[in-house]
Amino acid sequence: MGKATREAYGATLVKVGATHPDIVVLDADLSKSTKTNEFQKAYPDRFFDVGIAEQNLISVGAGLAAAGKKPFVSSFAMFATGRAFEQVRNAVCYPKLNVKICATHAGITVGEDGATHQSLEDIACMRVLPNMTVVVPADAKETEAVITWAADYVGPAYVRLGRAGVDDTTPDGYVFTPGKSLQLRDGKDATIIACGALVGSAIEAAEILAKEGIDVRVINMASIKPIDKVAIAQAAKDTGAIVTAEEHNVIGGLGAAVAEVVTETTPVPMERIGTQDTFGESGTPKELLAKYGLSAEAIGQAVKKVIARK
Amino acid sequence: MSQLSKEQVSLVTNMAKQLRLDIVKEVTEAKSGHPGGSLSIADLVSLLYFVEMNIDPKDPHKADRDRLVLSKGHAAPAVYAALAERGYFDKGELWKLRKINEMLQGHPDMKHTPGIDMSTGSLGQGISAACGMALAGQIDKAAYRVFAILGDGELEEGQVWEAAMFAAHYKLANLTAFIDANGLQIDGPVASVMNVNPIDEKFKAFGWHVLVVNGHDVEALHQAIEEAKQVTDKPTAIVMHTVKGKGVPAMENQVGWHGKAPSEEQCEEFLKAIEEA
Repeated sequence: MGKATREAYGATLVKVGATHPDIVVLDADLSKSTKTNEFQKAYPDRFFDVGIAEQNLISVGAGLAAAGKKPFVSSFAMFATGRAFEQVRNAVCYPKLNVKICATHAGITVGEDGATHQSLEDIACMRVLPNMTVVVPADAKETEAVITWAADYVGPAYVRLGRAGVDDTTPDGYVFTPGKSLQLRDGKDATIIACGALVGSAIEAAEILAKEGIDVRVINMASIKPIDKVAIAQAAKDTGAIVTAEEHNVIGGLGAAVAEVVTETTPVPMERIGTQDTFGESGTPKELLAKYGLSAEAIGQAVKKVIARK
Repeated sequence: MSQLSKEQVSLVTNMAKQLRLDIVKEVTEAKSGHPGGSLSIADLVSLLYFVEMNIDPKDPHKADRDRLVLSKGHAAPAVYAALAERGYFDKGELWKLRKINEMLQGHPDMKHTPGIDMSTGSLGQGISAACGMALAGQIDKAAYRVFAILGDGELEEGQVWEAAMFAAHYKLANLTAFIDANGLQIDGPVASVMNVNPIDEKFKAFGWHVLVVNGHDVEALHQAIEEAKQVTDKPTAIVMHTVKGKGVPAMENQVGWHGKAPSEEQCEEFLKAIEEA
């Protein structure tokens, strides 16, 4: 198991902070958890805690951006995108302001804190907003690439980060480009398109399936908006079946975004791994992934099911 | 502290009258909009745009300009009128307010309207954005000032108080918030819908420097703004007692004129009343 994406976020913020004096970081009393405290230690004059006030967090970010700063604002995904949804919509996306919302503790792998803190709808809420770019890095290395990109990108972006450690899947030398996916494994029988913590599980599933003679392509779709339509259409054409995997509600998330492209370009059978329109509960990340059908085993079953439907 | 010259008083007073004429015509042409709360801030907006603010209509984005965030974004007709009168755009735009394919949106849009510093309209958010701008100025040790105009009903939004805490905590002395205390909101008097009073005590308790003035007395407003400039360790709230619909007797203190357009006939009558006042 590799580092959590939030760890890489904090470390990369410190790095880009050195080369980007206009970066300002805001947090809402969670800097030790989101890891923005790393930036605070390095650049105390450019870090501001707004306290437990997420609406103000987002709107102050908008004001900083309107005055020429490059704010990175952080909280848990639940609060940054849920509590402050309308601020993100009206104060950031509508005027297309240069605010980076980097939210941690997304998904069910938040674990023991339970349903109130497990954001399973943030991808949907953020990708529906015009002008918003939505990115879900899979591991520490990809997070570093995404935050490095975000430091130079001008416009609103949402970066979804996790609390728990994840498998490292990103190769050395990787550069993040919005709208570009990363093929991690080729195959001809079906394609698994995953994001975030489930990219590692997708590879694990593909390896198990390979032993059974099933040859699966695996794509890491970190850029959910814009999405890599070319890679999705190609996967549908080449393999004839697609399974998506995310720790998010199947409604509105990666699976829905991929389904939109598949139905409009290259209709093929699909299965979507994700939470099935339900809230989570307390438990360890591993227990929760198993219980809510987000394991490598569940992905493998979905692949077999989708192949049978071809 | 400097006082307004006679010429300045006359300019601001005349322009306030012009803004009121523009507001009534804008809303009539648009057949919708918010005349009451636009008229109540006309004196302040005239003062800010014609005397107080360091701005350049030829360079709306210049870095060291003073900023105005109309947190009560529905009063856009007042600011649009001031921007047009200052030459940010052709005055003819005012009569196309709220029309499809036109520049002037129902609520301020910073992307498409020169001179608008922040997109607003959803209440309670503008003051936070103004805090962000003031913070940026503080980080850069810039000389510019940030002004925000809020409604009294708007103070019912919890976010206003998140921002109020923030501004005091970070000692945003370059931020001045005007509270347009006209006493009315859509569902009735503020005091009976959801009482926000006492406004001055609330801001004091949140750590602000607070002044209470007659919002239609431009010399008093000027003195308050001058005093705010002298305060170096806290933001200033200027609570303005105003009359909703001020300048149009038929609209004054009438809750029904919060968000309603006059008919053509009413418009003629109202313009005449403003002219003759």
